[in-house]
Amino acid sequence: MDAAQSFGFGSALGISVLGFCIVFFVLVVLMVVIRVLRALMESVDTRKAAGAAASASTAAASVPVGPSMSINPNMVPATGSLGEIKLHKVDDTTAAMLMAIVADELKAPLNELRFISIREKN
Amino acid sequence: MNIGNVLSNLWATSGFVGLTARWENVVMIIIACVLLYLAIVKKFEPLLLVGIAFGMLLSNLPYNGMMHMELFQGDPASVDYMNILHHGGLLDILYIGVKLGIYPCLIFMGVGAMTDFGPMMARPSSMILGAAAQVGVYCAFILAIALGFMPNEAASIGIIGGADGPTAIFLTAKLAPHLLGPIAIAAYSYMALIPLIQPPIMRALTTETERKVVMTQERPVSKSTKIIFPIAVTIFIVLVLPSVAPLIGCLMLGNLFKECLVVDRLSDTTQNALMNIVTIFLSLTVGATSVGYIEGPGGANIGFLSASTLKIIVLGLLAFSFSTAGGLIFGKIMYRVSGGKINPLIGSAGVSAVPMAARVSQVEGQKANPSNFLLMHAMGPNVAGVIGSAVAAGFLLAVFG
Repeated sequence: MDAAQSFGFGSALGISVLGFCIVFFVLVVLMVVIRVLRALMESVDTRKAAGAAASASTAAASVPVGPSMSINPNMVPATGSLGEIKLHKVDDTTAAMLMAIVADELKAPLNELRFISIREKN
Repeated sequence: MNIGNVLSNLWATSGFVGLTARWENVVMIIIACVLLYLAIVKKFEPLLLVGIAFGMLLSNLPYNGMMHMELFQGDPASVDYMNILHHGGLLDILYIGVKLGIYPCLIFMGVGAMTDFGPMMARPSSMILGAAAQVGVYCAFILAIALGFMPNEAASIGIIGGADGPTAIFLTAKLAPHLLGPIAIAAYSYMALIPLIQPPIMRALTTETERKVVMTQERPVSKSTKIIFPIAVTIFIVLVLPSVAPLIGCLMLGNLFKECLVVDRLSDTTQNALMNIVTIFLSLTVGATSVGYIEGPGGANIGFLSASTLKIIVLGLLAFSFSTAGGLIFGKIMYRVSGGKINPLIGSAGVSAVPMAARVSQVEGQKANPSNFLLMHAMGPNVAGVIGSAVAAGFLLAVFG
């Protein structure tokens, strides 16, 4: 009790204000750190994606089209995967999503998988 | 051999005689049974409360030799651990993990491995709400000083407002170990009662229009950001407040296990097996510290059934309420500053207590607007509150430790 009285209300108030300010300071600095970190990572990811897209388009342009691979009007060229794919009543977005899911499940790069066709049942 | 003497000796050494000698033990056994009822039937934080209540029951059954609180009394530096290992009971030996602050840190590792900091990183401004909701810690600290508690005791009582059980236990074990039982029980009881404590304050401090605000989804956070985050946080916070290194270090290590995706086995063990084992040890031994009568200096009772326990229970409730109000008030400020884009209800989730406080924000938000989904938005301040309460504890430990 004596120690508490000698500590006093004023000291308690001072410690509390200081403590609250420190909590705020630390979390606000962390907020800034997160913002900087996100900005950095996003710029790195954007650069990586741009690089990957550029190399993919270069690779696609260099793939020779053989005489047996005649263009079928029902065939849609799948630049992301191996070969061509036939889509039956399936839009491009859904097809891309399904292909990505399969690649993720098989843990294999999309450009090493060959999809023959995707057809919607019923 | 005289059968009468044998029976007489059996009676004299039975716990019934001990119970008749100390009414405080009987009261504590009744309290333990009530807590068991609340945990099992009412499902109030059962994972912790079952262990706490059973530990309380064991330590108040006389003469069983499982717990000897007197071995841990006095100056923390003078505790003779070798003596405890030689002469202590099972609970004495398990309690060493609490006394040395090992269990709260391991619990934090598990919490880190189970926590997704993504919502907080997606909306970094939620850190402000996590900080604002620590106001109850300091309000309760001031009130505790006014009520005559020593500064180290007041700091331990104040941290109840952080609504974080492991942090409260960690700080109290270091600053005021004799108050560990009441503080841990107050902290966990109020965490379980958050759905009852917070809604009236939330409704009182916000308007219908504010509660109806629908928040927009933030951009997802990249995997690399999530991996770098625990490393950056550890470096920064431990440099600012080295005293909080055990808590923040373990929290962030657990989170790194989860996010780096190269140590799935460790992540799984931390989240499940380790967390469960430590929870058993922690809850059992914290409950066992709640002995009804412990003779203090001058013959005064410094056990659980003393006037200070009642004060701690009241101060703990006030701490929770002030923290909730602090988060809501800053939530309202952010609502104004953002031009009505932030729902102030997520501010109350800044009081740690993951994920209970975020769920309360979600429920209250849906009451005002059934199409509102605040849960993921409230998780940001909620996990920021875990860091905030650890920082608050680190500051108090640096000042009074």
